[in-house]
Amino acid sequence: MALYSEKVMDHFRNPRNVGVIEDADGVGEVGNAKCGDIMKIYLKIEKDVISDVKFETFGCGSAIASSSMATELIKGKPLSEALELTNKAVAEALDGLPAYKMHCSVLAEEAIKRAILDYYQKHDLPYNEAVFADVLHEEE
Amino acid sequence: MTAYFDNAATTKMGRAAIEAMLPYFDEVYGNASSLHSMGQRAKEALEEARATVAACLGASPAEIYFTSGGSEADNQAILSAAKIGERKGKKHIITTAFEHHAVLHTLRKLEKEGFSVTYLTVGEKGNVSAEEVAAAIREDTCLVTTMTANNEIGSVLPTAEIGAVCKARKVLFHTDAVQAVGHIPVDVEKMQADMLSLSAHKFHGPKGVGVLYARKGVALTSLIEGGAQERGRRAGTENVAGIMGLAAALKEATAHLAENMKRVTALRDKLIAGLSRIPHSVLNGDPSARLPGNVHFCFEGIEGESLLLLLDDAGIEASSGSACTSGSLDPSHVLLAIGHPHEIAHGSLRLSLSEYTTEEEVDLALEVIPQVVKRLREMSPIWREKTEGKKPFLLP
Repeated sequence: MALYSEKVMDHFRNPRNVGVIEDADGVGEVGNAKCGDIMKIYLKIEKDVISDVKFETFGCGSAIASSSMATELIKGKPLSEALELTNKAVAEALDGLPAYKMHCSVLAEEAIKRAILDYYQKHDLPYNEAVFADVLHEEE
Repeated sequence: MTAYFDNAATTKMGRAAIEAMLPYFDEVYGNASSLHSMGQRAKEALEEARATVAACLGASPAEIYFTSGGSEADNQAILSAAKIGERKGKKHIITTAFEHHAVLHTLRKLEKEGFSVTYLTVGEKGNVSAEEVAAAIREDTCLVTTMTANNEIGSVLPTAEIGAVCKARKVLFHTDAVQAVGHIPVDVEKMQADMLSLSAHKFHGPKGVGVLYARKGVALTSLIEGGAQERGRRAGTENVAGIMGLAAALKEATAHLAENMKRVTALRDKLIAGLSRIPHSVLNGDPSARLPGNVHFCFEGIEGESLLLLLDDAGIEASSGSACTSGSLDPSHVLLAIGHPHEIAHGSLRLSLSEYTTEEEVDLALEVIPQVVKRLREMSPIWREKTEGKKPFLLP
């Protein structure tokens, strides 16, 4: 199908980092079943570096591919770098997404932010609220 | 091996239809309105096709209007009835909540122009009764429009009973028979339909050609102005080749209707039995009053588009009720109409069969679909929550 790029199809067919981390240091879930997309990201963090990451996704092909690509982009990276990951970067790494599927890359960015926020909150660590403005706003 | 299970979207053309069309591309290519002999030969072919179609539907040739397809026929039927109603001060229309958008969107347009529309609910089974139609008829009702069979979930409506109610109450009755014609018996007399829409490519004819049947005495309003074709009701040079293909395909489908229904129903039931074994799934649509070629399921915990993409990888061409690929985030209005929550409506799969469907294709589907559903469930966070007892299953 020419609906998606080869890269999207590759990450959809062979998603990287699928699964669960039982003793995760941070977990982030975004989306809802009503809209047809739920993304859940699990992080293992050692010395402010993402040492392992897994995801579970309920959603369309681009949602699964976006999750897979996003986890690849942050694996082994310091938290500060992971927080800079934008949805645009995820979409670009996938060689683009159809306009009406861009929200899938937004979900991936938000799921990561939420998982990192969860890590900071669980461990009573200080964090810059401005960085999490989007996900904190949704909680209200 | 590939297996084509999207016959409700469109069908492969039959040889008879293709061969019926060929002479009209480069031999008898005259304009049916021309006075020279080639034009008149085209005109004769056109009228033969009209007679064939009329005979297959139990109509008379003067009641057959060729259109560009089912959507145009639906639009014209409804707008014509609205015009007739308006002249008598009747501006109420009855329909069902799960019609095709060619019907629903036309009705929305009329609502903006001051018509009121009753959308009959279709219940869990996805059907309506003639009694429900009767109860909704008012003094100012000018039209009842209900589909003969639903395009997504395959329910076959009690059209003859609805037609009888409309006749008794003297209300115009239109039925969108796009999914029914060529697949189940359709007879305008038995259905007591005043208008009926059909589309050639749903029964192995060409795309871009359809029919509006309008009973003698029902005044049609033109949607397209510009010429006297189709007795002044539909301007534009007739698509003679397409119309020949439509007539040949309809003749073929009508001649083999009983045997095809029997064969396709058996394959359908094999698929339904096999897919029903997938836990936490549900067959949508009326289980008994059902199109021979329709299988429609929802699988809990997964989303339809990813299901379709993985099935396509495995050679299975199917579709879903999910509007995901059409650029909308809303799930199918049909699945919401039968009462599914959004979460379930997102996980839908439609397999639509035809007389060309083989046992091997069915076996491939039965082998692949359970595997793909399992694979997607294994990466679904909501499936995990349900299996761990954190959230309830919505489907048994």
